Amino acid sequence: MSNKLMAWIDERLPVSNFVKNHLSQYYAPKNFNFFYYFGALAIFIFVLQIVTGIFLTINYKPDAAQAFASVEYIMRDVEWGWLIRYMHSTGASFFFVVIYLHMFRAMLYGSYKNPRELLWLFGMLIFVLLMAEAFMGYLLPWGQMSYWGAQVIISLFGAIPYVGESLALWIRGDFVISDATLNRFFAFHVIALPLLLFALIYLHLAALHTNGSNNPDGIEIKKNKDENGIPRDGIPFHPYYTVKDIFGLSVFLLIFAFVLFFMPELGGYFLEKDNFVPANPLKTPEHIVPVWYFTPFYAILRAIPDKVGGVLAMGAAIFVLFILPWIDRCSVKSIRYRGMSYKVLLTLFVISFFGLGYIGMNPATPVLTWIGRLFTLIYFGFFVALYFTSANEKTKEVPDRVTMHD
Amino acid sequence: MSDSNKPSNRRKFLTNLTQIMGGVGGIFAVIPFLSSMSPSEKAKAAGAPIEIDVSALRPGSYKVVEWRGKPVWVVRRTEEMVKNTLEDDNVLSDPKSLEEHQPIYTQNKYRSINPEFLVLVGVCTHLGCSPLYKPNAKSAELGLDWNGGFFCPCHGSKFDLSGRVHKSMPAPSNLEVPPYYFASDNKIIVGEDGEKS
Repeated sequence: MSNKLMAWIDERLPVSNFVKNHLSQYYAPKNFNFFYYFGALAIFIFVLQIVTGIFLTINYKPDAAQAFASVEYIMRDVEWGWLIRYMHSTGASFFFVVIYLHMFRAMLYGSYKNPRELLWLFGMLIFVLLMAEAFMGYLLPWGQMSYWGAQVIISLFGAIPYVGESLALWIRGDFVISDATLNRFFAFHVIALPLLLFALIYLHLAALHTNGSNNPDGIEIKKNKDENGIPRDGIPFHPYYTVKDIFGLSVFLLIFAFVLFFMPELGGYFLEKDNFVPANPLKTPEHIVPVWYFTPFYAILRAIPDKVGGVLAMGAAIFVLFILPWIDRCSVKSIRYRGMSYKVLLTLFVISFFGLGYIGMNPATPVLTWIGRLFTLIYFGFFVALYFTSANEKTKEVPDRVTMHD
Repeated sequence: MSDSNKPSNRRKFLTNLTQIMGGVGGIFAVIPFLSSMSPSEKAKAAGAPIEIDVSALRPGSYKVVEWRGKPVWVVRRTEEMVKNTLEDDNVLSDPKSLEEHQPIYTQNKYRSINPEFLVLVGVCTHLGCSPLYKPNAKSAELGLDWNGGFFCPCHGSKFDLSGRVHKSMPAPSNLEVPPYYFASDNKIIVGEDGEKS
């Protein structure tokens, strides 16, 4: 009966074929490690944000006079409203944790290299849209940090010569951040950007499945197939990796739930204290800092003592990641077989990223500003040095088959 | 297209023309959507001038009022503050207020019509935060060489008691002076130039 039903469906929509091609007979490298959890986790959080977001919009009011109170209403009066709201806010921070680790994985194992450059570009577009999505979402509670954070970020556009001021005016829809701004950010946050993100995630996965995943050894498993045309180092995604990802998800949820239930504000890092005060256009909070996931780029902005220069540097810090596949000219993908120079450079890069993140969270004292300048130099130095060292890097021999540690 | 797969020139021409016309139409169709995001008539109308009564303002204190949704400060300087207004051109980036961030009638050292009253838009020229009023010289926070002025908590820009930016600060220029005039000794109208000027 069920076979007959399936055949009936397949004749009209090739569902079985799709499942075969993308799950049960989609062969992924058998040597995935810890870092390969984060793609699946990112999809999980995306779905979580959509679902919690829908339920938040049921009670939220995108109106400057009512927004703050409606969020408090969700927190206090709506049944389980606090849980849904905290899931959404905690989810936003964890989204960036997962995405940063996902990107770091690509840098470890050269996942952005030929033939996966387009995959990386789609990923970077998702990252940029995700930042826009998070930024616009942060305005919605209409707290002090919402307001002043948006003020600072929109003013960045004002730094663009000639058109900047009118562009900022057009984005705000008013001479200041106001009800008009809140309303349009709401529209972008709940409709426009999620739709775009959905489309880009689809393209990201389509590009991934075209060439298959990279792996910790950076070997193309499709180059070594058995007589049936199945990669010798591949295993079917389902059940092997679905089960692995479910295990990863359960560990992730354990950590997620701990933060969600015991420290949803995470000491002011996930939800800043000033955001529990309603927005006041006449009073800037003493210390205005963005949420943690923006702070590395924010620190770069502050490091440059010039308005246009700072904005350009911050933009460049993100843009340079887009062209990483063409900056890194080493033919060996995985860090396991790459030379010492890459290991040193990547370590410095990670240190500078964390350092900038820390500096961006703290008030701009002269000492911290100078350290921030040093880290900014290292951040960009990574890409410059990589361009020159990667072409003639002293690499190790890459094995023919993936290595397993058992 | 009876005998070959190649479309005729006539067909190619018509196909291209259709695509171009469709594209042009598509671009024009975007205009109403983009324009709808500009400030509405209501938002534009809200930018009317305001009246500030300074009779109750004590020397040394300041007052914040809202104009076009932005904070406008009125500071009543004490004699000491007038004296403390920096003379030193080495500290300031634009001591003579050469850049146009003020109406012409306030282009002087005190950046005001009457040195006793300073009127400024309280928005940092860096990224739009509202700086803090720190009138006392030699503060623990801002150092012994501080002569009083304004300090932006966001990115650390410093301004003197006339709202002129110090050198090497994130803020590129002096604080903006809005157009204003004295309607009487104690009444300032912000948002309009006076008739005399």
